[in-house]
Amino acid sequence: MELSGPDASRALIEAASPEHPSLLDPTHRMDALFGVVNIPNVVWVDEDGMIVRPPEPGWPEGRMELPDDMMAAIPELGAAPSAPAPPDGGPGQWDVLGSGQERTGYASALRDWVRNGADSVYALSPDEVVARSQPRSTDASAGAAHFELANRLWTEGDRSAAIGHFNECHRLQPDNWTYKRQAWSLLGRERVGGKYGQFVQAPVKGEEADWPFASDFTSDVVNTEIGAYYPKTL
Amino acid sequence: MIVTTLDIGPDEFAAATGWEIKPEGACKGEVCVPLGSGEFAAVAAAERLGMAIVHDAANERWSIGPETIGDRALVTAEAPELVLDDLDGEEFRLSSLRGQKVVIVSWAPY
Repeated sequence: MELSGPDASRALIEAASPEHPSLLDPTHRMDALFGVVNIPNVVWVDEDGMIVRPPEPGWPEGRMELPDDMMAAIPELGAAPSAPAPPDGGPGQWDVLGSGQERTGYASALRDWVRNGADSVYALSPDEVVARSQPRSTDASAGAAHFELANRLWTEGDRSAAIGHFNECHRLQPDNWTYKRQAWSLLGRERVGGKYGQFVQAPVKGEEADWPFASDFTSDVVNTEIGAYYPKTL
Repeated sequence: MIVTTLDIGPDEFAAATGWEIKPEGACKGEVCVPLGSGEFAAVAAAERLGMAIVHDAANERWSIGPETIGDRALVTAEAPELVLDDLDGEEFRLSSLRGQKVVIVSWAPY
């Protein structure tokens, strides 16, 4: 889910050289059609084309570590001038990011479904699938419409108009992390660059006044309840 | 979906939203929402399906958001058709995997 074009993902896909199809989703169709609001998110679909688990956070087996050189490449960051302040006594960023969904058992649950199909305890009924899919309000629909405009206008080079629509979609659907991370990463990639620039999703320290978005990654994460960033579904 | 006019036909509406326009109404999977009689009108269909319409006057475009009937992202467990390109620009359809179990993993390089 990346609007910047295939080259933003090419090296990662080629390095993994997967046997399965790897597809580009520049307009976030997975959000509009399935209700994906964060990444990584996983959807299970059976042989008849029926969803048996709606989008949910999921990971492969094995502990994932950040690359050794990543943190050193990221400059000291500030906060968006209009971002919410960290709550007194609130959780830290890593506490929020590491909470919620069962990580180590996710692949085992998937294998259980592959073996047992509809008899797997993890296969949900159609009614459960619909009920467990992401809530979608009229505001969320409007947020999606603004995101699509932002995406299109950014791609066409009308940055000012695009940023206005990005901020509006963030306001209308604040729990949609792909809308936020997509927008913030565009500036990080531009301003910091290099292999990890896209992970800079906040203003560089000292350049806060030039950050056009209403908030930033760390500010929003530390204002998120434990368990809410990657909600537990298993 | 982004359009420069709201005077769009049922085929374009279906391709962008996944809601097919049939005699019984707008349908996705086994769910059909009656649209009433008369000629198809995108604005009326969008309103009936709870789709927000945002107008960017400066850019002379409208954007129609996804449906909100049922207040959930999915109105049916039947997987919608997903059509995306691979790195080489080749179109891929989710429905081409019918008959196999499929795991869709959404990720991003950020």
